[in-house]
Amino acid sequence: MESVSPLLTARGLAVGIAEATFCRDLHFAVSPGERLAILGRNGAGKSTLLSVLAGLREPRAGEVRLDGRSYAEWGERASARLRGWLPQTRGEAFSATVLESVLIGRHPHLGRWDWESEHDARLARQALAAVGLDELASRDVRTLSGGERQRLAIATLLCQAPRLFLLDEPLAHLDLNHQIAILELLAARSRDEQTACVLVLHEPGLAVRYCTRALLLFGDGVSEQGRCEDVLTGESLSRLYGYPMREVGEGSQRWFVPA
Amino acid sequence: MPTRRRALLILAALTSLALLSIAMALTVGSLGISPGEVWLSLSGGDAGMASEVVRGLRLPRALTGFACGGLLALSGALLQVLLRNPLADPYVLGISGGAGIGALLAMILGLGVAGINGLAFVGALAAMLLVFGLANGEGGWTQSRLLLTGVIVAAGCGAVVALMLAVAPDDRLRGMLFWLMGDLSQTGEPGLVLLLLLLILLLALPFARELNLLARGADVAQALGVAVRPLRRGVYFVASLATAAAVTHAGAVGFVGLIVPHLVRLAAGNDQRLLLPASALAGGSLLVIADTLARTVLAPRQLPVGVLTALIGVPVFLFLLARASPRGA
Repeated sequence: MESVSPLLTARGLAVGIAEATFCRDLHFAVSPGERLAILGRNGAGKSTLLSVLAGLREPRAGEVRLDGRSYAEWGERASARLRGWLPQTRGEAFSATVLESVLIGRHPHLGRWDWESEHDARLARQALAAVGLDELASRDVRTLSGGERQRLAIATLLCQAPRLFLLDEPLAHLDLNHQIAILELLAARSRDEQTACVLVLHEPGLAVRYCTRALLLFGDGVSEQGRCEDVLTGESLSRLYGYPMREVGEGSQRWFVPA
Repeated sequence: MPTRRRALLILAALTSLALLSIAMALTVGSLGISPGEVWLSLSGGDAGMASEVVRGLRLPRALTGFACGGLLALSGALLQVLLRNPLADPYVLGISGGAGIGALLAMILGLGVAGINGLAFVGALAAMLLVFGLANGEGGWTQSRLLLTGVIVAAGCGAVVALMLAVAPDDRLRGMLFWLMGDLSQTGEPGLVLLLLLLILLLALPFARELNLLARGADVAQALGVAVRPLRRGVYFVASLATAAAVTHAGAVGFVGLIVPHLVRLAAGNDQRLLLPASALAGGSLLVIADTLARTVLAPRQLPVGVLTALIGVPVFLFLLARASPRGA
């Protein structure tokens, strides 16, 4: 692992909004093949931290480097070929088909005057198939259910094909089978194509099962991080969520239930 | 998503519509002129009285109308993307209100066409800078802040316009009302607006795919590689300039800027690469057709063209909306 340069590096990062400070002096690196889970209570700053990591918001202090360079050095287009970002909320103001919506993921790969080619359309269909939406390709996005929209957004990200996935609550609105399917898909990609993921999750058991490392945000500027087996324990999660949590199972099948 | 081939076909069809509408505008009127005479006049020959009417009156008026309709539709399409709001139109940000104050002031002062156009343009630019400055305050630049600022400035301008109408001398009132409803009877040379329409279209088209992304949200667009901040500012200024130029030449013609982008969207989808040029062509054609009707329906009386654009636009729009309801507007 040491010989591979990290895809994402945070150095001395401080993030906050208005009076609130979510983390300070945060250092970490995410290398190809790694999956980092971010956990914390509502309002602890998970999404804000993720948008800072995605280069969409300035940190209070410190810096974020993407494959060794800052976002400003890469520029918007090159950054978009390297990292993809799944927003937590989306709204469609205008009607569009599912296939059109997935195809926007190809934008950073196309020149200014290019139109989407047959190749791009094939990639888009593959991405739809990967999340089980291939049969809805010609549907209007505004007629989709919440879970279908979520899978559509993930398919758009797959179509963008970045090396670093930054996912804000990728499991929101998904039923259990799709939650597992999406996590399996992301884990397989990161193994096979050496992509890296940073995921905001709400289920510590799934973090244990699918992520290599975890970052806990306590909401008051304090954070803890490390390998999942070290950081995710009944004791740390009880402190994190402010509610007693009990650990059941063992190994990669450890689950945490409210006591 | 239309293929490039389909987009070109649609644009070719709309270009034919535009040419047809202009041909109609040249032949129809209080003096009936045959297509042959029109052709003779345009190709430089002498068809007597007909040549004078075609070259001196109808052609400039039709071309100005076409350019203004195109500018308004283009501006409406751009603002709907910028504000991510299907209800946005070129006047939502107060530009027509500012132009209205300028134009009415010129009319009260008894200035000529040049004075009216000049002051209208100054008013439009003032409203544009005012909204931009206010919306760009400390809190940054969000869609809702821009929209609210624009709506409030527009409301303020509306009040000033109403005040000016109330105190204006009776003999000027009719001209002022016509200006406010949109009127092409006092047009000058069409060269400037046509050139502006072409320039704005050429400026916007290279960014059309980025506008597709912007319509899905600023964050999504930025994460996919769009430089959102300069793009949004550019769209704002270009759309404002288009509106200011159109309003200066044709008055506050309503409806074209709101309805034409929706018509095109319903018929051909929401890909800005097709939507922007198609809106420009369709908006220009609609205004030329409406203006031809405005000066012929109750001839020799001329109607304000803004009334006609709405009267034509509303049923066509409702028909398309009903037909396309499963897909949504």
